[in-house]
Amino acid sequence: MTATATETGASPRPADKNPTDQRPRDVLRSIVESNGLVVLLAIFTALVVGAILVVLSDAAVQDASGYFFSRPADTLSAAWSAISEAYIAMFQGSIYNVKADTFGSGIRPLTNTLTYSSPLIFAGLGLGIGFRAGLFNIGAQGQVILGAIMAGYIGFAMHLPVGIHLALAIIGAIFGGALWGFIPGLLKATTGAHEVIVTIMLNYVALYGISWLLSLKSFQVPGSGNPKSPAVDSTAQWPHLFGDSYTLNWGFVVALAAAVGVWWLMERSTLGFRFRAVGANPAAATKSGMNVKLTYILVMVVAGGLAGLAGGSQVVGTEKSLTVGVAGSIGFDAITVALLGRSRPAGIVAAGILFGGLRAAGPTLQAQAGLPIDIVLVIQSVIVLFIAAPPLVRFLFRLPEPRHPKEVTA
Amino acid sequence: MTTIEASVPLTADRSAPSFVKQWKAAIGYGAIGLVSLVVFGFGTASGVTTSFAVSRPNDTINLPHFSVPSQPTTLTLSVVLLALACFQVWAQHRRMRVGVWLPIVFAVVFMASLMTWAGAGRANTDMAVTGLLVSGVFLAVPLVFGGMAGTLCERSGIVNIAIEGQLLGGAFLAVVVASLTHNAYLGMLAAPLAGALVGALLALFAVRYWVDQIVVGVVLNVLVVGITSFLFSTVLSDNKDLNQAGAQIGAQGGVIMDNLPIPLLSDIPIIGPVLFDQNALVYLMYAIVVVFQIMLFKSRWGLRVRAVGEHPMAADTVGIKVNRTRVRNTILGGAIAGLGGAFFTVASGLAFSKEMTAGKGYIALAAMILGRWNPKGALLAALLFGFADALRIQLGVIGSPIPSEFLAMLPYLATIFAVAGLVGRSRPPAAENIPYKK
Repeated sequence: MTATATETGASPRPADKNPTDQRPRDVLRSIVESNGLVVLLAIFTALVVGAILVVLSDAAVQDASGYFFSRPADTLSAAWSAISEAYIAMFQGSIYNVKADTFGSGIRPLTNTLTYSSPLIFAGLGLGIGFRAGLFNIGAQGQVILGAIMAGYIGFAMHLPVGIHLALAIIGAIFGGALWGFIPGLLKATTGAHEVIVTIMLNYVALYGISWLLSLKSFQVPGSGNPKSPAVDSTAQWPHLFGDSYTLNWGFVVALAAAVGVWWLMERSTLGFRFRAVGANPAAATKSGMNVKLTYILVMVVAGGLAGLAGGSQVVGTEKSLTVGVAGSIGFDAITVALLGRSRPAGIVAAGILFGGLRAAGPTLQAQAGLPIDIVLVIQSVIVLFIAAPPLVRFLFRLPEPRHPKEVTA
Repeated sequence: MTTIEASVPLTADRSAPSFVKQWKAAIGYGAIGLVSLVVFGFGTASGVTTSFAVSRPNDTINLPHFSVPSQPTTLTLSVVLLALACFQVWAQHRRMRVGVWLPIVFAVVFMASLMTWAGAGRANTDMAVTGLLVSGVFLAVPLVFGGMAGTLCERSGIVNIAIEGQLLGGAFLAVVVASLTHNAYLGMLAAPLAGALVGALLALFAVRYWVDQIVVGVVLNVLVVGITSFLFSTVLSDNKDLNQAGAQIGAQGGVIMDNLPIPLLSDIPIIGPVLFDQNALVYLMYAIVVVFQIMLFKSRWGLRVRAVGEHPMAADTVGIKVNRTRVRNTILGGAIAGLGGAFFTVASGLAFSKEMTAGKGYIALAAMILGRWNPKGALLAALLFGFADALRIQLGVIGSPIPSEFLAMLPYLATIFAVAGLVGRSRPPAAENIPYKK
């Protein structure tokens, strides 16, 4: 494996005594190991950036800024009301609606948040495994789509008894995603094709694939001609967790179980040790007799399977039928979830719930504050950018440098 | 060249001897040739014809339509493809270097075979060759600019996944400035600023803070999509005059870039309309490709850039400022991708819409890889993808025997084959995605 050569190669310069300097993987690790304060400050900074955007686009602020120098207070108060309106709407859309009459309906936003978070957790877990094994899987989107196709097709085309039907749909989803992860894993192992490029390209192949499938008669509601599949049978749907008035379904519980499973896999099992060893140092892993190429394939299959589960869960839980946009941007959001969660199951669950909350707040933001959901993308990406660059956060907030610089500890 | 050359390659495993890699090329050609023979050759009904229209109705010199018998033509073209594959095998055997002409001829013959098959038995519809080529070149514009941006960045060791965001930012700023000033050309000139800004952010995080370049690129794309979509839904939808399509005010000398036919040259059949009757952005594209091809491989600047991308430590030892070179190249690359973004709005005469670049930035990345990190190669790959796209649109109009989705997949599949080493050998700059730390 050439990927290992930097670690073994002799460095002609003393400054490069520490070979980890040269490896991008260590930057990944520093993301993974960034401390909690940096995470909080990154989220805070992202909210500030979001606030700036809100203020810039607010009509009342624009009006008031026309006479800023005669009455600056008007601009400031307009800006303040725009910001507070936005973040109150965000709170009410994602956590608790204070205007609701009963606790039952007040808490509904929180259950929506958890619903939105389940596919993010599934896919984020898969990506996290990849990151820790040193694989950059940008292809969760494609794997999610494949999972959705499989679960959807089994859901609407087959008619099976309760229990078996759902189980088969979920297994199908895992299989579909795993297949889409297997391809880049195999290509990396056999030809050395870089997984980043292959997975990006496979995302688009999957996207065009689903839009082709939905143009076929067998994937459409009979007689409609719309690119939308029939609804998934009720036997193949996740049961609701708290009755039908809440969207929250068993998918979330399974996502939490998957997080525990991934924790066990990565921290307690031999296979997980192999994954981590290959991620930490492929050369050492090879020397100690591990089959690195096989490990790459296995990692991609497991990661793909989890992403496929995200797609399947989305179809049998939330969407209930296949459309071209069924995967939304789950695969890309999951990258930010995995990065924010430092690739650890607990972190991913927390990050998934945070970003699920941002998503759930979208409709309320639109209705109450007149803000498009796209602001969520801005907040999300700024959070990840800052988390990826702890020195920048420390610089912005004048925090002291850590006692042991990362280059030495890494 | 010990440490760094052997470090993580972004595409191909270089430990395998190149000999094996090159056999894969022959196998790739052979497989595609067989597909052509089986699907297009034997898949065409016998006894039908395919008609081609070479000129467009209002061209100065009008060439007549012509028809060819479909099946004999596709069979012949498939045999030519297989012959080219055999030539590759023979050249391999003789350890001969095959020039860039082989993939080009191969692609052209394959496209011809595909078109003959697709148009078979449609007596009333012509396959419009010139129209196809014209729109192919036009659709390739953002891919060429994006590919050029990618090449510039990666040659200096910075992976630019943010091409998509740079295109989108350019498209956005171009239409806003053009609408404000009522001048499409000012819009085009503003577009690079947006791209450069994204490039500067990429450089900041990648060079200053050593963040993984792929992470930054992916996240910057999300950020730009978020910001432009947000501003589109708020500021632009409140002030429609900031986002004017060409048609709305074109009459006032407006917001679309007109075609500027070059006298005489544009009257040549086929080549004229395709190459010399385009708008200023396309001419600028020709200039940029030529300039960077020469600059990267013939100038001192180019040598330094490549040195920084291949072996930054050696470059530093001889006094080249590695990080400064990388920052400059990333910003310059961003600016060029931003300029390409002007294609989507002011050059096409369309209003801005959410995520209007629709993955073109990733296809540009693919063009760069297929073009082997080389301006000339990126141009050819981008043109190939542009034609595939144009063909998809044309087949969509006349009704096609293959689902248009499959044609849309073509660039992505071609790239997967390319990075897997099945079609040619592509090797990225060695120090790519490795921060340089003194």
